[in-house]
Parts: sequence; C-alpha cells; structure tokens
Amino acid sequence: MSSITTTDHSETDHGHADHRLFGLATFLVADGMTFAGFFAAYLTFRAVNPLPDGHNYELELLLPTINTLLLLASSFTFHRAGAALRRSDHGLCQRWLLVTAALGFSFLAGQMKEYFALPFGLTDNLFASTFYAITGFHGLHVTLGGLMILIVWWQSRNGGRISVDNQFPLEAAELYWHFVDGIWVILYGILYLL
Amino acid sequence: MTISLTPSPSLQPQGWLRYLSFSTDHKVIGLQYLVCGFLFYLIGGALAGAIRTELLTPISDFLPRETYNEVLTLHGTVMIFLWIVPVVNGAFGNYLIPFYVGARDMAFPRLNAVAFWLIPPAGLLLISSYFITGAAQSGWTAYPPLSITTPATGQIIWILSVLLLGGSSIFGGINFIATILKLRRPGLKLMQLPMYCWAMLGTSILVVLSTPVLAGTLVLLSFDIIAHTGFFNPALGGNAVVYQHLFWFYSHPAVYIMVLPAFGLVSEILPVHARKPLFGYTTMVYSILAIVFLGLIVWAHHMFTSGTPPWMRLFFTIATAFIAVPTGIKFFNWLATLWGGKISLNTAMLFCCGFIVNFVFGGITGVALAQVPFDIHVHDTYFVVGHFHYIVYGGTVFVIFASIYHWYPKVTGRLLNEPLGQLHFWLTFVGFNLCFAPQHWLGLNGMPRRVAEYDPQFTLINQFSSAGALLMALSTLPFLINVVMSAFNGAPAGDNPWNALTPEWLTSSPPPVENWVGEPPLVHEPYGYGQQPGQLNLDSTSGRELWAVGQSESS
Repeated sequence: MSSITTTDHSETDHGHADHRLFGLATFLVADGMTFAGFFAAYLTFRAVNPLPDGHNYELELLLPTINTLLLLASSFTFHRAGAALRRSDHGLCQRWLLVTAALGFSFLAGQMKEYFALPFGLTDNLFASTFYAITGFHGLHVTLGGLMILIVWWQSRNGGRISVDNQFPLEAAELYWHFVDGIWVILYGILYLL
Repeated sequence: MTISLTPSPSLQPQGWLRYLSFSTDHKVIGLQYLVCGFLFYLIGGALAGAIRTELLTPISDFLPRETYNEVLTLHGTVMIFLWIVPVVNGAFGNYLIPFYVGARDMAFPRLNAVAFWLIPPAGLLLISSYFITGAAQSGWTAYPPLSITTPATGQIIWILSVLLLGGSSIFGGINFIATILKLRRPGLKLMQLPMYCWAMLGTSILVVLSTPVLAGTLVLLSFDIIAHTGFFNPALGGNAVVYQHLFWFYSHPAVYIMVLPAFGLVSEILPVHARKPLFGYTTMVYSILAIVFLGLIVWAHHMFTSGTPPWMRLFFTIATAFIAVPTGIKFFNWLATLWGGKISLNTAMLFCCGFIVNFVFGGITGVALAQVPFDIHVHDTYFVVGHFHYIVYGGTVFVIFASIYHWYPKVTGRLLNEPLGQLHFWLTFVGFNLCFAPQHWLGLNGMPRRVAEYDPQFTLINQFSSAGALLMALSTLPFLINVVMSAFNGAPAGDNPWNALTPEWLTSSPPPVENWVGEPPLVHEPYGYGQQPGQLNLDSTSGRELWAVGQSESS
C-alpha cells in the first residue's frame, strides 16, 4: 500500500506512509473555498441588490427538506459501508453502498423535480442566476460523488481492488461524500431558510 | 532498509528527452517548470517591448488601439500566471523542497506531473487566442462590465486558460503542503527547516485558500458572457463590485504567492554567500505566517475608488499598513544577515542585493498606496504600474535570477560565467530602474495606465522608460549566452561550490534520481555558517559522514 505514492522510478522500497487522504482533505478545503466565494457573492447580492418588482427570494421548502434528509441519511449509510468493509463483510458493504448511491441519485432526482417546478429561469433575476449556479455546482458534486460510489461499489465486491487491506478508495469517496453533504447543509441554510 | 551506495543503471538519468516526458521526478519537473516559464517570460517580454515601443510617442501609431489592449492583457496574464507563479513556486519549489525535508520526491509525484503538464496547453491556448479571434482586451483583472462588453471569444479563452493554470496551481499547493508537513525525514523538526520551506508552506496555504475563489468567480463571469446572466452586469441588475471583491480576494494574496517564495529563496542565498547564519530565524517564520494571515484580509485596498464605504476603507488601510511590520522584520533580518559577513559579491549575491534595494522601494510605495487619500489620487495611473513592477520584477524576478545563478552549479555540475553574470545584473538593474522609477512620476502627474495614447507633456519621461525597457531586453542576451554556453563549457563546479550546508548541496551535482545515495542527511542547522568545525549540530551517524562515505566509495 505504501508503495503507491512513491515514484515509479523507485525500485527499492522508499515507501512512506499514505498521505493521500491528507491531500484529499487539503483539496476539499480548496473546493470549500469555491463554495465560500459563491455564498459570499450570494449574501452580498442579497444585501445590496434589490430584486425587480414582483420577484422575491421565496422557495418551496418541502422537497429541499426531504432532499436534505436523504443526503444526511446517505452519509450515515456510507459510514455503515465502511464499517462493514473493516469487518471484511463485502456483501454488506456493497449493500450499504448501493443504498448510499440510491439516496444520492434520489437527491438528484428531487433536485431536477424542483428545477422544473420553479417559477423562474436562469436569467430571470440575480437571485435566480445565483440559485441555479450554486445548486447546480453542488449538484455536479453530487453527480461525481454518485459515480464514485458506483465505482467503489464495483471494486468492493469480493476479490475487487478494495478490501480491508486497501480501504483508501472507499475512505476517499466517503470523505468527499461527507464534504458534499456538509456543503449542502450550509447551502440549505443560506439559500432556503435565510 | 538496506542501503545501496551505487544506484542501479536503470535509475540513472535518461538524457534530455525525459524533460519532454511525463516524468514524476521532482527535479525533472522543477526544470520543466523553469524552462517552460522562461520561454513564456520571453514572450511576455516581447509583449512588454511592444507596449514600450507604442508609448515612445503620445499617439497610437505602432499598434492599433484594440491590439494594444490585447497586448497589455496578454503581457500581464503571461507574466503572472505563466512565468512568475509557475517558476517561483513550481520550479524552485519542486526542485528544492524534497531536498529540504529530506525526501526522495514530492508527496504526490504523479499529481505533480499533471500540475506541470496543465501549463503548456493553457499557455498555448491563451496565446493562440491572439491569432484566432483576437485576445482578451480587459487587462489581467478582467473587470466587468468591460470584460462582458469586449469581444467574447478572446475573453472566454482567457478564462479557460486561467482556470487551467489555477487548477495547476492548486494541485501544486496541495503537494507542497503534504510534502512539507508529512514527508519530513524523521527527526527533522519544523523549526529546523530551511526558510524556503516555510515560505512555500505559507504560499501554498494562500494558493489553496484563495485560488478556488478566483476560479468560481471566473465561472460566474463566463456565465455572464455566454448565458447572459447578470451576476456582475449592472445593466441586468447585477453588481460589478462583487466581482472586484472576489477577484482581489485571490489576486491580492497572489502578490504574496509571487513574492513569499522569493523571500524564502533570498533567505537561502544570502547566508551562503555572506557566510553567516540567517539572522532571526524564528521571527522570519512568524513574519511569513503573519503575512499569510494579513494577506488574506487586505484585498479591498485595490478598490478604494469603487464606492467602498468609509469603515471598509479604514479597516483595509490599517490592515494593509500592518503588513509593513512583518515585511520590515524580514527586510532588517536580511540586512542583519549581511552585516559583518564575509560577503562574496558574486552574481547571485548582486541579484539578492538588487532585490533588497528594489523591494524596499516598492514596499514604501505600497504603504503609501494603502493610504486612501493618496490612493485615490494615483489610482489607475502609472504610479501603480511602477509600484507593482518594483514588487514583481524588482522583487521576484531579481530573486529568480539570483536563484538561477545560485543553483545552476547544482543542476548542471558547472559554474556560470561570472563576468557575463555581472554584465547581466548591471544591465538588468540599471534598465529596470530606468524603466520603472520614472513611471512613479508619470503617475503622480496623472498619466493613466492601460491606454495607448497620452498627453504629449509626458513624452520625454516615457522615452526614458522605454530606453530602460530596451536595456532590460538586452540584458537577456548575456544571460541566455551564459546559460547555454556554461552548460557545455562551464568550469566544473564540484558537488558543493559554495560550501553550503542546506541538504541539496550534500549530494552530487547533478543529484542522482532519488536525491541521495544512501540515507538522506539530517541537517539540524541549515545556516550554521561561521562556526568552528565540530560545533555543527549535524547528526553525524546518518547524515554528512554517511554522505561522505558514499562519495569516497563511488569515486
């Protein structure tokens, strides 16, 4: 495992501990700053740029709230998948991963449903543009995460690349997924509740 | 671990073609960054030459006005994103940081190669836009609504290439943070690292925190251009000042991304050629950390004429003035390092001294610019152009040249020619000051920047400035001749021509593929100059003696 991060011109084992999760966490800090920039822009727009007459900031709450619960539940199920892998229970791990992916894609379906039901389009007003940009950017993250989960699901079958000796792909996808969930919670608070 | 003192033949360097390959060797990647960056520097320099030629006369006669706008936009973007940031971070960082932490490579070698190979296509994309539809015309700041109303294709290509370069920068930053914090040789404490490691740690934190904000902002800007959203377009209910806030949240720290590594490199070079320990190591470290923190909260000093409310002006003026404190500490520490040293006034040292002189001047005008009344007077004039170039050219580029003269013997095993180097320095120093010092006067008297035409009363001073630019262009010739000729005919340098103590010198020149034959040396005092032999606190069992054993056995 340790040889993965060393150079491929290395023939002797100069392997060091695995720092890939640390690297991923650093990347997620950067990714989080992108969202922070979007949130700052949104809050500033909201504070200083009044919307045209007849436009407002109100959104339906029921569907996004269900979506929030779906994502929170998926963080929990992903955690269960990791725990199952550490007990080498590949079948259980795969089942929890499938549940997680299903929750993630349900979230995306809910998001699409909301998009089609909304009374405004991308260029209607500043709030509409910002809303679609931020939720769209987050939805892109969920899509990538969902695909990652499916790959991890395939690789964690019995005899796949992921096992108790090589948990990194699952751990990385899990860290990323928790990050995406956390961003959604902040997004939900700022865009829907505020 | 078994120690093999002679690497197997397959580990040996494989000729110059590896510099065009997807190599994961940090030294190869470092040189790729350096050479690629220097090629873009020549392009950016040619663009600067076009600007200074146009400004020889008050009327727009050398370039059409639109072309002038494209040229100044390309000049700024190429110099910042393709020359200074990649070279001062990517080139020297990749080459030196693994040595300094006692590692055989960076933490993520493949990511490292990916980060480099994003740069040439991004650069070619940017420059090709000039030939396809015309490059972006809104300056390197791409302020809306200007960037929305100028031709869209060039602006979109500009955004794409800056996004690619930002991604490269973030990948590099992640790699440096992981390498410095996680890959240190056991027994090496953070406060024993050479100063450049601290500079790169601080820089990489800035890269990771601020670059993504620029990326997100440019994505929104591209929506404004392509999809006609109104984020930053006042005509559609948007807010152009928000773009400025987000842009400067990256682009002010970008100044430190360009200059902090230079601080680190100077801190490596001065002690070696003054034969004295770096003065005030601990205060240097805390100064870097203070600059990182303050650098993140001063961005709106670029926006004093953008309708900023009084409280914001007050806060950003005070915060900006505070940066002078840690910067001043570093400045006096460098002077104290030189004080009473056995100074060899070679080219590397000359460029460092040039840096100190230029940088203190650019720093003083920077403190002046932080003051709102003064800033409003000279905003968007040549005073700002002069100040900025004193920081990035007089500061960082001088240090890049100092570093090339200092580390060339390590990379090639040969010394650069000293007389040619001194000629290079004096041409650069005189040319640089002749070019940019008069621009302060121009700005104080009201010459606006970024326009091809100006009031005829400024003609003579502009011609002085252009003469300086010509000297700077000429100074590149002795440098290029020197670098190419010395690679073949330079005097053999030996492994450690400067008798330096930092770990990259405790191996052969050029170094073997995994940096050291045998165990990496453990250097507790990278600046232990001027002490009696035997007083050095080097770990003799694993470090230098072992290295010496490896030397005698391989020779």
